[in-house]
Amino acid sequence: MDKFTTLTGIAAPMPLVNIDTDMIIPKQFLKTIKRSGLGKNLFDEMRFTQDGREIPDFVLNQPAWRNAEIIVAGDNFGCGSSREHAPWALLDFGIRCVISTSFADIFYNNCFKNGILPIVLPAEVVAVLMDDARKGANARMTVDLESQTVTTSDGQSFAFDVDPFRKHCLLNGLDDIGLTLEKGSAIDTFEKVAAQSRPWV
Amino acid sequence: MSGKTLYDKIWDAHVVDTQDDGTCLLYIDRHLVHEVTSPQAFEGLRMAGRKVRSPEKTIAVPDHNVPTTPDRVKGIENEESRIQVEALDRNARDFGINYYPVNDIRQGIVHIVGPEQGWTLPGMTVVCGDSHTATHGAFGALAHGIGTSEVEHVLATQTLIQKKSKNMKVEITGRLRPGVTAKDITLSVIGATGTAGGTGYVIEYMGEAIRDLSMEGRMTVCNMAIEGGARAGLIAPDEKTFEYVMGRPHAPKGAQWEAALAWWKTLKSDDDARWDKVVTLKGEDIAPVVTWGTSPEDVLPITGAVPSPEDFKGGKVEAARRSLDYMGLKPGMKLTDIRIDTVFIGSCTNGRIEDLRAAAAILKGKHIAPGIRAMVVPGSGLVRAQAEEEGLAQIFIDAGFEWRLAGCSMCLAMNPDQLSPGERCAATSNRNFEGRQGRGGRTHLMSPAMAAAAAVTGHLTDVREMMAETV
Ligand code: SF4
Repeated sequence: MDKFTTLTGIAAPMPLVNIDTDMIIPKQFLKTIKRSGLGKNLFDEMRFTQDGREIPDFVLNQPAWRNAEIIVAGDNFGCGSSREHAPWALLDFGIRCVISTSFADIFYNNCFKNGILPIVLPAEVVAVLMDDARKGANARMTVDLESQTVTTSDGQSFAFDVDPFRKHCLLNGLDDIGLTLEKGSAIDTFEKVAAQSRPWV
Repeated sequence: MSGKTLYDKIWDAHVVDTQDDGTCLLYIDRHLVHEVTSPQAFEGLRMAGRKVRSPEKTIAVPDHNVPTTPDRVKGIENEESRIQVEALDRNARDFGINYYPVNDIRQGIVHIVGPEQGWTLPGMTVVCGDSHTATHGAFGALAHGIGTSEVEHVLATQTLIQKKSKNMKVEITGRLRPGVTAKDITLSVIGATGTAGGTGYVIEYMGEAIRDLSMEGRMTVCNMAIEGGARAGLIAPDEKTFEYVMGRPHAPKGAQWEAALAWWKTLKSDDDARWDKVVTLKGEDIAPVVTWGTSPEDVLPITGAVPSPEDFKGGKVEAARRSLDYMGLKPGMKLTDIRIDTVFIGSCTNGRIEDLRAAAAILKGKHIAPGIRAMVVPGSGLVRAQAEEEGLAQIFIDAGFEWRLAGCSMCLAMNPDQLSPGERCAATSNRNFEGRQGRGGRTHLMSPAMAAAAAVTGHLTDVREMMAETV
């Protein structure tokens, strides 16, 4: 997994609430057995007509946001299906950070496993960032994970919260499985005790 | 000190390790696997030279991609789907996990197969790379969906890195009125709390109306906990639970059964348990409901009318406008005036035997309206066999329904069962998102009885009127 330290990039405004994982990556693209290559189908049904032409109104099709690396979104981003294809598609497109007032639980978890930083901020702050994002390619937002701040193109800075363990893993690009395997003996002990207390499992 | 909730108790029994910041390593008793969210996880294991730590606790079944037409014995035509199912065949074989292949009568939707085979038991932790894992909470098991990286983590370590959620109590008091079902409860709760109302919580459903439900009904309620944003939904196990579990192929037997039962009986929230959030609905107030929009929170009693975007606040105004446009509906229109093209009965929400009985009870001696396409997709091969034995299959066929083989089918339309643009469907599944059942398809969620009633009339219908007719 790639490290996440600081990111300065273009932010795309997506004020719609309840953007679900079916919108982020429709199911016809879940038939892959790979993690890569999903970026071209990110937001497919919002981005392209049925015959594959770009829908000009869609934010990521507009010249100002084609190279966005951040999304500022409406409430409850990533709800619905647990598909990790959603963060894979975002990442493959080049999105490393999503900012919203709230995220669905599984999507939020999945982001951290893939080097994407989801940031939760109060509605007033998201509104300011949304306005900044509307400025497009002339405005670059800066996200600094170490200091836990988002800074707008005109220098307004906002602090955000992030779980210390997840921050540590993201800053260092650590693989969860490797970390857990180091605790192998604790798992062995747990299993021995459980075999006595709940032998039917 | 206050008492513990059921969630607290199951959690405490599964903590392997706690870090200073409260991050826990949680032991996983059952890991369910399907073909769509697992290939990359197995590939990750292979690349790192890792094994599945506990293959005997891992159960795999293909369900999302499989065709449900009788000719599927000949193989899967769509190449990508076939590759995914073949990958699962191979992974199950190579890693030695429990497996129900496509042509096994026990094959079906993973959340129906788990309980049916007795893999899901009270007090367990159950995970699957699928958000509707919440279904298994009906047994008093802590069950939730995970992403593919976590699937790989569980395969390799039989644990999951977790932080504890908060406790939310959803109480449904009193009794349900005739024609009102578990689906109406769960949709009404989401209507009341919104799709983010449960975010950060594990819900425990309680109250007389929940106790009164069968195990099938309880699974329907817990299934949609995720649509309310919750990590999991739980119902404390009771005599009905034990009766359902007893004798299932992988349920404990003999002395082990007695030992298990003694522990299971302690699995309930203490009277003085602390709740972070409480929602109470009166059972008598719940009506048969349908969804009108493209979020499961867009719920109204069938007696209602399509709302106007101005009825909402904030970002929901724009979302409602977009929904109505997508759904092709005008504010003020009576819900019962909405004409449908298609009826889908099935899914892990409503593809169990009781659901088929409820739909067949409405359809008996009737026929679907002209021009309607209707299909029943049983949740598993065993549900299908039982429905045939009980004569339900014949009722569906006589009514003009297609009688399909088991799978997810038109719930998410990854197989050939799809809506075409603009096609409107009365569905017993759990998601009405844009494009969920096929690009441009329009989904109204409802109970099996309501879907059956809609099939007969050709428009959304208050099933209670049809029940009055049959009496
Ligand atoms: S039936 Fe639908 S919701 Fe259930 S597991 Fe299958 S696709 Fe998911």
